[in-house]
Amino acid sequence: MRILVPTPLRQYAGKQSAIDVQAATVGEALHALTSSYPDLRKHLYSDEGKLRAFVNLYLNDEDIRYLQQDRTAVKEGDTLSIVPSIAGGSR
Amino acid sequence: MAGLAEKVTSLSNEEILRYSRHLIMPEVGMEGQLKLKQARVLCIGAGGLGSPLALYLGAAGVGILGIVDFDVVDFTNLQRQVIHGTSDVGRKKLDSAADTLREINPNIEIRKFETRLTSANALELFREFDIIIDGTDNFPTRYLVNDACVLTGKPNVYGSIFRFEGQASVFATKEGPCYRCLYPEPPPPGLVPSCAEGGVLGILPGLVGVIQATETIKLILGSGEPLIGRLLLVDALSMRFRELKLRKNPDCLVCGTHPTVTELIDYNQFCGIRGEESAPPTSMTDITVEELKKRLDRGDDLFVLDVREPHEYQICNIGGYLIPLNDLPKRVSELDSSREIVVHCKMGGRSAKAADFLRQSGFTKVHNLTGGINAWAERVDPKVPKY
Repeated sequence: MRILVPTPLRQYAGKQSAIDVQAATVGEALHALTSSYPDLRKHLYSDEGKLRAFVNLYLNDEDIRYLQQDRTAVKEGDTLSIVPSIAGGSR
Repeated sequence: MAGLAEKVTSLSNEEILRYSRHLIMPEVGMEGQLKLKQARVLCIGAGGLGSPLALYLGAAGVGILGIVDFDVVDFTNLQRQVIHGTSDVGRKKLDSAADTLREINPNIEIRKFETRLTSANALELFREFDIIIDGTDNFPTRYLVNDACVLTGKPNVYGSIFRFEGQASVFATKEGPCYRCLYPEPPPPGLVPSCAEGGVLGILPGLVGVIQATETIKLILGSGEPLIGRLLLVDALSMRFRELKLRKNPDCLVCGTHPTVTELIDYNQFCGIRGEESAPPTSMTDITVEELKKRLDRGDDLFVLDVREPHEYQICNIGGYLIPLNDLPKRVSELDSSREIVVHCKMGGRSAKAADFLRQSGFTKVHNLTGGINAWAERVDPKVPKY
């Protein structure tokens, strides 16, 4: 499956916008991602290991909070989008 | 919008000619154009997003256009804030925007609010308007706009940008989710770079701002499918538009079934910001540009470390040794901890973080250059360009 990395986080993912991983669940996919790019970890998870409240994860177009969170099954061809909040607009 | 329909019943002949391309289209027509004329829309910010969206809303004939802004036009704004021109540099954005809008469409009423939107004034300001457009640039104001929209029952037409990526949606309608349903909490300060730090492709606020204007016009007309319950993601580099599903969160603190946020709160505190946002802490270890110049001139042994990005170094530099902030942890061995180090970036924010990191790594003689290379350009060497 493919993980889409947003602009603000690309600097921690080898400047890549998309990363392919092998995984059966969302949790496994994220584990594979943060194992390859450990710098991403603190941007995705709090010190207690919880997914940060300003980072959302979408499996295809659905928020994983409304699926089975980390345990949501994934299949070949799925896309996991990391969508952090951004605030720019005026200055 | 409803309830005011009686107030404006006709268009002048000049207006009929002006809006001809709307009027001959059944989706707008005379009825729609009158709705636009009766509409009262408030834009928060006359910057990157506010500029293009106000231009189009003004041209489209939105009857009352309010603008909240307290900023002054700066040269670095002109690359994207197209409502302002070169001769407007130094003027209030409100005055510059109002002049441009009056030139485009003298039939509209422009209401200027020269103030920072705060918890004390937001509800009062929103009362006079039907639709609120969020064109701000910081998290505290975005949460404030959202909560005030939920509390007053006004739709929040949202847009946000970073570098070449943008987001847009319509929040806080009766049936739809709000910004807090999407992001219950803001990121802690410092984890997400601002536009001033991260840059923004000039066309991007144009793209996203015009999407916000489109959504506003659809809400006024009551036609089409508004971006309610959908988050539109725009990537200008790959030119891909994606859409994600948003749901109203029943546990949302402001719009859920048992809200705990029933009045406006202190949003700076909520976002973990004390005092003025992004003001770098000053301390004994800071050094001013004048002091640095004096010490370099008298031949002191100072190692100047530049923690900006390579593309910024190409714009201008003062001969510092370049290690971008993010590379510092893995390249720290390139530095000699016995030497006195002066760290600088563009404005002093990133170098403060770098200096903190170096101190934690055992460096004892580290100074942060306050104001960064921009202060150097302004106060020491005018040949160095500011950016």
